[in-house]
Amino acid sequence: MTKSPANGKFQKILILGSGGLKIGQAGEFDYSGSQAIKALKEQGIKTILINPNIATVQTDKGMADKIYFLPVTTKFVEQVIEKEKPQGILLSFGGQTALNCGLALEKRGILKKFNTKILGTPVQSIRKTEDRDLFVRELRKIKVKTPRSIAVKSKKQAYKKVGRISYPLIVRAAYSLGGQGSGFAKNKKELEPILEKAFSYSRQVLLEESLKGWKEIEYEVVRDKFDNCVTVCNMENFDPLGIHTGESIVVAPSQTLDNREYHFLRSLSIKIIRQLKIVGECNIQFALNPKTLDYRVIEVNARLSRSSALASKATGYPLAYVAAKLALGHKLYEIKNAITKKTTACFEPALDYLVLKFPRWDLNKFRKVSEEIGSEMKSVGEVMAIGRSFEEVIQKAIRMLQTGSYGFTDWSFEFKDLEKEIKNPTPRRIFAIAAALENGWSPEKIAKISQIDLWFLHKLKNISNLRHSIKNLSRYILTRETSTPANYPHKEKSFSGKLKTIFQIKKIKNPAKIKSIIRKAKQLGFSDAQIGWHLNVNEKEIRKLRKKLKITPVVKQIDTLAAEFPAQTNYLYLTYNGTEHDIGFEKNKNTVVVLGSGPYCIGSSVEFDWCCVNAGRELQKNGAKTIMVNYNPETVSTDYDECDRLYFEELSEERVLDICELENPRGVVVSMGGQIPNNLALALHLQGVKILGTSPKNIDRAEDRYQFSSLLDQLKISQPKWKELSSIKNALNFANSVGYPVLVRPSYVLSGMAMSVAYNKNHLINYLNKATQISPDRPVVISKFELGAKEIEIDAVAKNGKVIIYAISEHVENAGVHSGDATIILPPQKLYLYTIRRLKKITKDIARGLNITGPFNLQFLAKANDIKVIECNLRASRSFPFSSKVTGFNFAKIATQAMISDPAEKKFNTLDLGYVGVKAPQFSFGRLKGADPVLGVEMRSTGEVATLGDSLEEAFLKSLIAVNFRLPRKNIFLSIGPLEAKVEFISYAKKLAALGFKLYATQISACFFNKRGISVIPVKLKPFSHKKNNHIFEFSGKKIQLVINIPNNLETLGFSRGYRIRRSAIDSNIPLINNLQVAKLFIDSLESKVELLAKPWNKYVKYQ
Amino acid sequence: MLQAKLVLEDKSEFHGFSFGFPRSNQGEVVFNTGMTGYPESLTDPSYQGQILVATYPLIGNYGIPKENKKNHLSTVFESDRIHLNGFIVSNYSRKFNHWRKKESLSRFLKTQKIPGVCGIDTRSLTKKLRQKGVLLGRVLIGKDASMPAREAAKNIIDPNTRDLVAEVSTNQIETFGQGKKKIICLDCGMKNNIIHSLLKFDVTLKKVPSKYDFRKQSFDGLLISNGPGDPQTNKQLIENIRWALKKKKPIFGICLGNQIMALAAGAKTYKLKYGHRGQNQPCLEIGTNRCYLTSQNHGFTVNPKTLPKQWKVWFKNINDGTVEGIYHQSNRFFSVQFHPEACPGPQDTKWLFKKFIDKL
Repeated sequence: MTKSPANGKFQKILILGSGGLKIGQAGEFDYSGSQAIKALKEQGIKTILINPNIATVQTDKGMADKIYFLPVTTKFVEQVIEKEKPQGILLSFGGQTALNCGLALEKRGILKKFNTKILGTPVQSIRKTEDRDLFVRELRKIKVKTPRSIAVKSKKQAYKKVGRISYPLIVRAAYSLGGQGSGFAKNKKELEPILEKAFSYSRQVLLEESLKGWKEIEYEVVRDKFDNCVTVCNMENFDPLGIHTGESIVVAPSQTLDNREYHFLRSLSIKIIRQLKIVGECNIQFALNPKTLDYRVIEVNARLSRSSALASKATGYPLAYVAAKLALGHKLYEIKNAITKKTTACFEPALDYLVLKFPRWDLNKFRKVSEEIGSEMKSVGEVMAIGRSFEEVIQKAIRMLQTGSYGFTDWSFEFKDLEKEIKNPTPRRIFAIAAALENGWSPEKIAKISQIDLWFLHKLKNISNLRHSIKNLSRYILTRETSTPANYPHKEKSFSGKLKTIFQIKKIKNPAKIKSIIRKAKQLGFSDAQIGWHLNVNEKEIRKLRKKLKITPVVKQIDTLAAEFPAQTNYLYLTYNGTEHDIGFEKNKNTVVVLGSGPYCIGSSVEFDWCCVNAGRELQKNGAKTIMVNYNPETVSTDYDECDRLYFEELSEERVLDICELENPRGVVVSMGGQIPNNLALALHLQGVKILGTSPKNIDRAEDRYQFSSLLDQLKISQPKWKELSSIKNALNFANSVGYPVLVRPSYVLSGMAMSVAYNKNHLINYLNKATQISPDRPVVISKFELGAKEIEIDAVAKNGKVIIYAISEHVENAGVHSGDATIILPPQKLYLYTIRRLKKITKDIARGLNITGPFNLQFLAKANDIKVIECNLRASRSFPFSSKVTGFNFAKIATQAMISDPAEKKFNTLDLGYVGVKAPQFSFGRLKGADPVLGVEMRSTGEVATLGDSLEEAFLKSLIAVNFRLPRKNIFLSIGPLEAKVEFISYAKKLAALGFKLYATQISACFFNKRGISVIPVKLKPFSHKKNNHIFEFSGKKIQLVINIPNNLETLGFSRGYRIRRSAIDSNIPLINNLQVAKLFIDSLESKVELLAKPWNKYVKYQ
Repeated sequence: MLQAKLVLEDKSEFHGFSFGFPRSNQGEVVFNTGMTGYPESLTDPSYQGQILVATYPLIGNYGIPKENKKNHLSTVFESDRIHLNGFIVSNYSRKFNHWRKKESLSRFLKTQKIPGVCGIDTRSLTKKLRQKGVLLGRVLIGKDASMPAREAAKNIIDPNTRDLVAEVSTNQIETFGQGKKKIICLDCGMKNNIIHSLLKFDVTLKKVPSKYDFRKQSFDGLLISNGPGDPQTNKQLIENIRWALKKKKPIFGICLGNQIMALAAGAKTYKLKYGHRGQNQPCLEIGTNRCYLTSQNHGFTVNPKTLPKQWKVWFKNINDGTVEGIYHQSNRFFSVQFHPEACPGPQDTKWLFKKFIDKL
């Protein structure tokens, strides 16, 4: 613990969180906020946290002293400040959301009014980094270069001013969609036509110097108020400038910079942070000319960021923790290095490994969105791989993405135009490079097209070359075919559609040769499955062979000082580029491994990290030695102080087995990290690993459609009719027999991937041909789709088949909206007692039928008195944190207890609560240009929030505001598609009119409502254009403040008018409601005129 | 690739492959934790007689730069040759790329007849050196690699028993710059960037051999450079500095120069277990709130308890508390254990050169 000059001065500090996860602002802020809280608590300071993201660790009991699940907006924050009167406020731990809110609070004088001091970087400094002009001016004072850019309003002006920027330059039309009207000019001659085009899109055009092909380098810089500065980490983007750093493959430390470049940029970083007077941490992005020492400063982020989370995990240096201490006024050199506990935090980590970050995209979940990646962020998560060769880390990272690839040498795309694929980056580019190398392209040729540094490409070439050496080994390996064993897990059929080969090795020749190639392959990051695939041999056979040849990985520590000082660090990774373990393995009978959740993606997010962290803490509390395995740098579970040993490693059968063989754990928890660890259960079990909780056989019974279906039949529980089909003819016949609409999906899916609803024969044919290419190898599952049904969920924990605790919640939206995108109410407000009784009975029966021990989640359809089970997961669900924090009982901890001991019999009241919790989805459509903002059976939200209220209406409105929804004051635009919906909406339109809203609608809708006595102004929508999208919803100077659009059906294709209305609402930043039930609840809530109170969590819930 | 191995005096061995000159060699094995700057380190005369282990695993990425000279002195290398007896790395990048590149690291080593070994678990090797202290070692290349460790570990000559400074010090007097102030630089193996750093000011530098008798010369200041080995072997130099300390001309010492200054003042030095070699050593300026990140390369250090009364500790390493700089209370004589000239490493303390010049 450090002595602080400031200690005692602050007794209470407010921290602003970042809200729901969205593209560009994800789980990293749970990590940074949690670290800040830990740092403050160490000083005995009381912490108040405002964050509506209920699935975070920072909003857990035992973290902040007081938690408000409220929107991070000035209105709510002001209420909290008034109530709590904190002496200080921290703005830099909750992303852009917190920073913007803090700046607004300051501007409005609210902080001054309540005498709340902004800690850390002063406001003037933040403004200098946020305002482009101020920023450029400030850096010019110290002669630091920024990209040259001028705005012009005419061609004439452009020619006059172009001299200030040297060619080549970029011409950009201001305020245009997706870079339309932009171009690249090498000389005056090329400039002319581009200017012409640009001015056709916009009245203002920007001329910017082109930094195309420059290297992008980042530094994470720390400064205390005594002017001590260090650069904790530098990072180099694999992709040259032009691709957002969040969309780039990034390595740390830089690989292609020599000492002069490294320290030149380092010295500049320190000069900049001093000039800006930042106290705490900042991230500085540079463009570096690949042929000279010329540079530009692209931007400075005066707050914790995604890059700083990455840098923390990459180096073991707890940036957020240190930044919080510095904000309190501590001296940097008096803070201890948290890893060595002996040396100081005033140092720069020396790495003796490298890390690689790979972004995770989920663009195929969206319709109409462009696949190209560029200056805007589209990725939803990231993975980080640690190793001691570049080849090793990039191959690890590719597998960590969990998108079905075994590594760099394995892709399932067909590239028609390789040059185009390499030149215009998409998420596939890495594989286009692999394919090009495979086709004999030289790294030089690829470098020329992509402008990726040749060094990286040569390393990739090494991998490509080794693939051939592996293939050539097949002449030394004799195999025999075996039949599939009966208990062979169906997961062996990998989800990219490849069947894992099942050849066995009979005999090998030339073991020395085999040994040298396989060792080399492992050093270059090949997995057993990948080697096996190239040799047409089963993964397990390669593992056996490899162990016989004594090729095994070693465990290395991350110690921040390259082994210079002894460190008791538990931060570990595995590598084949080494000969000796750094650590010993004691026979501890009470070691438990918790498998983490892997990358954040649509369908798996911070909620599973919360489950894993809670499971780990509960295990430790019960005396277990915990081992965490995860590789997502944006998580709290990968903080090394959250477990006894942290393996920052792959969640694969191979790697988990490696770890289990070394550590001999008592058991492995697979049910807390979502689907990725859950999928490993049976494979690990078959290899002799003890799985804690429900037996893998039963997990498999729940996962396997046939087995689960027959179980439900046995238990007399109804389910939608379904069938697995492998031809179009059979598919159509089945659909006819159950009646449209039908739900159709590939047989092996991850979180609703490529699911769709077919409303008629044409839809179905279209889907089967295009989306899935139905065949005996790729069967589809078709099930009856129930219209107008209510969806209900149960989160529960059981022990030996007996339910211990459960929580029922209901969806606002009718069935057909993915549960991850639904608005969820807990406790249910509109369920009949009969329904509840029936739900409980089904839950008990299933728990008994599958002999469940641990967490599980059930999803139901309810229509009248008919209840059908649509999904059963024998693992923690997305809503576990929500269920826990609303009911006051920590489901993750109870589930953990159930897995390791006998929890005491207890009654849990989760139904009769005096308040309501509402969970709302957070979408990122604004970030995904062109994507259709509709709800459907595929999940599209990137995050969620939840708030509490004394009534449903209060909680619902708060949660809407928390996902950036602004309540309308006057003008609402209605676009209600289906006739039944129009009819249903009549009374609600009346309510809106009675509340004084001015309603607008298209001619037909307006006519419909006018006829029924509701005054709706008919308007003609302005044509959808690229020029003036902002004004599409402006009618005679009145700006629309809310768009209610109810689509005709869930799966519209093409660029319909409905699409344009929805998209324009998103592009013009107008709140959009696109679901009838949500619209109804919203209008009821407005009508209730309920007061939105700022009440802390503990005033609603007694959390245990 | 040729087989190669490193055998340490404790008979432990590390197997790898040769990527440098195929000839076996011996020396004192030390490690450096810097992540960039191998061309600078290889040519740093302070490494004379040593076998260097790079803890950063990827080495050779940007090759070896084209020569570039300023004032007839290289700006890319720290001297005119490699001073190491061997270079040990984990992952050697055969392919390299940089706009300043001239040749590969492998060719550079081969031309200068220095062995290089790659494929070594440099982390476990470093841990050994940390636990046991620096060890003598033998690099065995090709056929030699089959020599049993027992044998190879015998009779390795400790380079510190030689007069290493004499091996790297200049044997002629060279003059740089034509400025007003005249500085005599006592070359114990001076890195080029010390000269480049001083030439930014209005000075004339006279680079002289370490044993040079400057007592009859006229000068405005003295600089004692960095250099290899045990400082106590530099008897003549210490004697000369002892004379200078009685005069009033400012003296600035860097690295070995810091130890020479201390010895001349009457203090004692001792050998560290495994030295400081890296670019991230935090040094606190005593009496201030400022802590600097420094570049270091030394195996010996000053014992602060032996400092005479008029001398004070100026900087201290906050990781292990060792002395990183001393000054005389007259403020005319001062020296630092680290490298303000960087190359490789952070440039945070280059203000020390200005401080020295201002005293002249």
